[in-house]
Amino acid sequence: MSDTDATNAEAESEPSGAAGGTGAPTTEEPSTRLDLGSGGPDVSEQYPLQVDGLRKTFGGITAVDDASFQVERGTLTGLIGPNGAGKSTTFNLITGMLTPDAGTVTFDGEDITGQRPHAIANKGLVRTFQIARELRDMTVLENLMLAPKAQRGEALWRSVTPGFRDDVVEQEEELLERVWNVLEFFDIDHIAEEYAGNLSGGQRKLLEMARALLTDPDMLLLDEPFAGVNPSLEKRLLEHVHELREQGYTFLLVEHDMDLIMENCERVIVLHQGQVLTEGSPAEIQANEEVIEAYLGGNV
Amino acid sequence: MSVRDDVADRIPGGDAGLIVVVLLALYAVYILVGVGLGYSVRGQLNTIAVLTFYIGVFAMLALALNLHWGYTGLFNIGIVGFMAVGIYVMALVSKPLYGSGGAAQVGGLGLPLVVGIVAGMVAAALLGALVALPALRLRADYLAIVTIAMSEIVRFSFLSGELQQFQLFGERVGFGGGSGLILDFTNPLEAFFAFFGLWDAYLGFVDAFTVIIPNNPKPVVDGLVYGAVLLGFVAAFFWLLKRTGESPFGRVLKAIREDEDVANSLGKNTNRFKIKAFMLGCALMGLVGILWLMTSGAVTPNFFRPRITFFVWIALIIGGAGSNTGSVLGGAVFAALLYQGPRYLKNLIDTVIPNADAPSSFGPAVAPLVSNFDPAPLFFYTIDSVRQLQLVIMGLVLIWLMHNRPEGMLGHRKETAAGIPLTASRARGTASTDGGDAGGEVDE
Amino acid sequence: MGIAETYTRGRQFAVTRPGSVLLALVGVVLLFDLLAGLATGQHSFSGVGSLVWDGLMRGLVVGLAGIGLSMTYSILNFANFAHGDYITAGAFSGWATTYLVAGLGRADVGALLLVGAGGSVFGGSLGIGVTGTPLAVLAGILVSGVVTVGLALFVDRTAFRPIRDADGITLLITSIGVAFALRYLMQFVFGASVRGTTAQPPAVGLYLVDGFVRIDAHDVALVVVAGALMLAVHLLLQLTKLGKAMRAMADNEDLAQITGIPTERVVRAVWVIGGGLTGVAGYMFILWKGTLGFNDGWLLLLLIFAAVILGGIGSIYGAIVGGLAIGLTASVSVIWIPSAFARAAAFFVMIVLLLVKPEGLFSGRTTA
Repeated sequence: MSDTDATNAEAESEPSGAAGGTGAPTTEEPSTRLDLGSGGPDVSEQYPLQVDGLRKTFGGITAVDDASFQVERGTLTGLIGPNGAGKSTTFNLITGMLTPDAGTVTFDGEDITGQRPHAIANKGLVRTFQIARELRDMTVLENLMLAPKAQRGEALWRSVTPGFRDDVVEQEEELLERVWNVLEFFDIDHIAEEYAGNLSGGQRKLLEMARALLTDPDMLLLDEPFAGVNPSLEKRLLEHVHELREQGYTFLLVEHDMDLIMENCERVIVLHQGQVLTEGSPAEIQANEEVIEAYLGGNV
Repeated sequence: MSVRDDVADRIPGGDAGLIVVVLLALYAVYILVGVGLGYSVRGQLNTIAVLTFYIGVFAMLALALNLHWGYTGLFNIGIVGFMAVGIYVMALVSKPLYGSGGAAQVGGLGLPLVVGIVAGMVAAALLGALVALPALRLRADYLAIVTIAMSEIVRFSFLSGELQQFQLFGERVGFGGGSGLILDFTNPLEAFFAFFGLWDAYLGFVDAFTVIIPNNPKPVVDGLVYGAVLLGFVAAFFWLLKRTGESPFGRVLKAIREDEDVANSLGKNTNRFKIKAFMLGCALMGLVGILWLMTSGAVTPNFFRPRITFFVWIALIIGGAGSNTGSVLGGAVFAALLYQGPRYLKNLIDTVIPNADAPSSFGPAVAPLVSNFDPAPLFFYTIDSVRQLQLVIMGLVLIWLMHNRPEGMLGHRKETAAGIPLTASRARGTASTDGGDAGGEVDE
Repeated sequence: MGIAETYTRGRQFAVTRPGSVLLALVGVVLLFDLLAGLATGQHSFSGVGSLVWDGLMRGLVVGLAGIGLSMTYSILNFANFAHGDYITAGAFSGWATTYLVAGLGRADVGALLLVGAGGSVFGGSLGIGVTGTPLAVLAGILVSGVVTVGLALFVDRTAFRPIRDADGITLLITSIGVAFALRYLMQFVFGASVRGTTAQPPAVGLYLVDGFVRIDAHDVALVVVAGALMLAVHLLLQLTKLGKAMRAMADNEDLAQITGIPTERVVRAVWVIGGGLTGVAGYMFILWKGTLGFNDGWLLLLLIFAAVILGGIGSIYGAIVGGLAIGLTASVSVIWIPSAFARAAAFFVMIVLLLVKPEGLFSGRTTA
């Protein structure tokens, strides 16, 4: 609660007239980031997400088999692998949509294995979906207003009780301000009143990322955010991602397009048949025989 | 955008104005027909009172169901079970103690009506939690089956001899079993006015009606006033649910209806929201059960057959799930045209063509038609069976609606889920420098 | 090692499936209570035996009617709330035929066709029964099946097919509309009274430890008819191309469409088979219990839903086994609870099972 208040206060003090594309949406991230890791420097300080020995089987088929990796703070890390390598399942296991049969997921030094999706999201680990899942019958503004955490009006009694509702309305106004900032950052302010169901595929991807961002996350898991997006929008989306990464957000990115991964990621993790085949810098991955083999094998 | 939306826009007062206009139109039809047939003033006022009563209860039930289905996507077809629990628990708490006079087989706890009403609502909400806690994880059609099974379990339980009579806090209480339960607490209307110290004033008010109803005006006036009280409750429901919908809470409910995984992945504990919404709706359904029956003198378990649930669903679908205004309109239209309409029509025909001896079953009704082309007996049998046939009509109306207008009479109404108006009113003077027309170009 | 491993596995099971463990515990407690009751003479063996037999008979009806519901549920993807009224329609059409055949010349044709509406004719006085009027019963069985098939196809054509692509809930709501229209139309025609339909059938008493379990001719007829039809459905689904197509469609409609399985034809076949079984189930239900009212099918429907969900939607064997389980629950539960709650007990078992094992006992085996 106090977190949100602080954030809002900052959002308010920010000059809101900043030009759309370049103006930072700002302020969401730093306040939470600075007071992290109170226990002195440990591994979780540098690697917010650690996955250890993750395993998941579906009716005899092992989708993820003893996968272990970690993601470094402030990086854009790619998670690649041929079809059926277990990327989406891994995402679902990390974010609590699925419960692993074995292994642990640690986020910011806390074991979050098997926790419910909303609990994990509230810890600052937020995902997007492979197929953008906009809330069709809600406007873009409603979609975005939904996202911020710990809204006062989410308590039913406060929303309906005269007197207390004034607080809710006040916070709604603050949230709306933040939402407009993000809308402008992503250049989708002109469709603010549109129903999400009427958006184009690319706009949905933008909406989804904007929505995830508004939850005030530390780390974003993006599941093929560029699939079905035309090249010019892909470029813009990537610019946004880089901009956000520079502000301190951490990204884990599932993507099919190898070139895109190689050009944009600092680190790449390769999954193959549910296991981590290798990880390293894009250059190392490109030079890795095993990876090439895995891909060829996977495609043939 | 439907035609009706445009109409709504032109009516002063917006949605509230639309509701008032529809109500007045429905009343006008009833009154005009009554005047045309030369009904007495007493009869006319009685008709209005009964009509108002049903408009009130169905509008409230549709509003409560709209919270479940329209807002949250919870498929509850056990409405009647929550109503039953509401009135039965209220009776248990508020009936006078056993042995304090009166003919009742069992007593209650003798607490004030208000306590009983609150207890009834709480009990309905708790039953809702009991059903919802586990069932919310299930698919919508499973929740449907669980809720309707629950409502039948409730009915069988109140029917059973085991709960007919038992001891509670040393008092002889019970639910009366199949033969029903006498509601021998203070007349709620009297209690209501007495609470404000206005009972004598009310009696004076009633006496004033002797001008137009010379002979014992009290039952008629009581009915009218109770109808007005119910409309007041409709307004209160509307206000409460509008606030609920137009809030961050309502926004999460809406998101749950659209895609629960998304709401969850954004950090919303969706189960908690669902249970809260479900319990609130159930409490309101319990309250309607109380308001519907507490002036009726007695209550029997078989009143609570699934058909009432079916009525409420039709009312909601007529109005359009997702809209509070639509719920009220749906409740009113359903009550006036589908529920009371056929019965009123039967009375009309009975007045115009008195038929002393309608056939008692289908055979004697059809036989004359077959043997000597005499349709009269079948006609009278049909008129006499209006209470069954109206259910057939309702079934057909429901099918028609699902085929042709599943979004209801108001069209696809979308009510904004936020505590403030969400419009593009923000001053956006600074145009974006590059890619300003993202919308146009991003389409893949 | 064996014990330790069993222990660990048992513990894991208990942790991951607390509901199942609790359920098993309740079952064990009830069983012990029953055994203790039998040992102390509180319950008689023959009494319990009669309840079990009664439950099995009820279960056969539920299972037979459940096959159709299960098939439409999995292939058309919605819970058909009109299914109960198909049962009633089958019962009324079949019994009208039986009355007509048995009573022709002895009573007014209209009264016979209306199954004695308003007390105009009584089945008992016509001596109706499987031994007394075998031809009339046979004709009734056939007509109940044929009429219900026709009704199911008609309803599908008019109510469900126009919105075939709608989601399950839209179809479900529509089916509720169909249910009420049918039910009260039948009440309009046949009246609201519950009438007795059969004369007392001949019966034998099977000796069981301390008394007799009564088995009458209608029980036997039910076992024979239900058994034969269940076997026929089994053979149909296993041996014919149609059966294969149905299984494919239940698994994945889109895929079935791509691979060229004519889905509308399969849908029609499902209504024919399901409707026929349901109509006959309705007829046999009335023959077995001896009374007929316009609410019978609806009251049975919730038990059938319970059976179908219990058995796993789409599995016909599941529907049969689920039917027997639910029938037994409804009948045998009166050992432990007041009889007024017997039906409630069956619903309760369904709710609990939905929570513990929502995919059903025969999950993963669709339509076969």
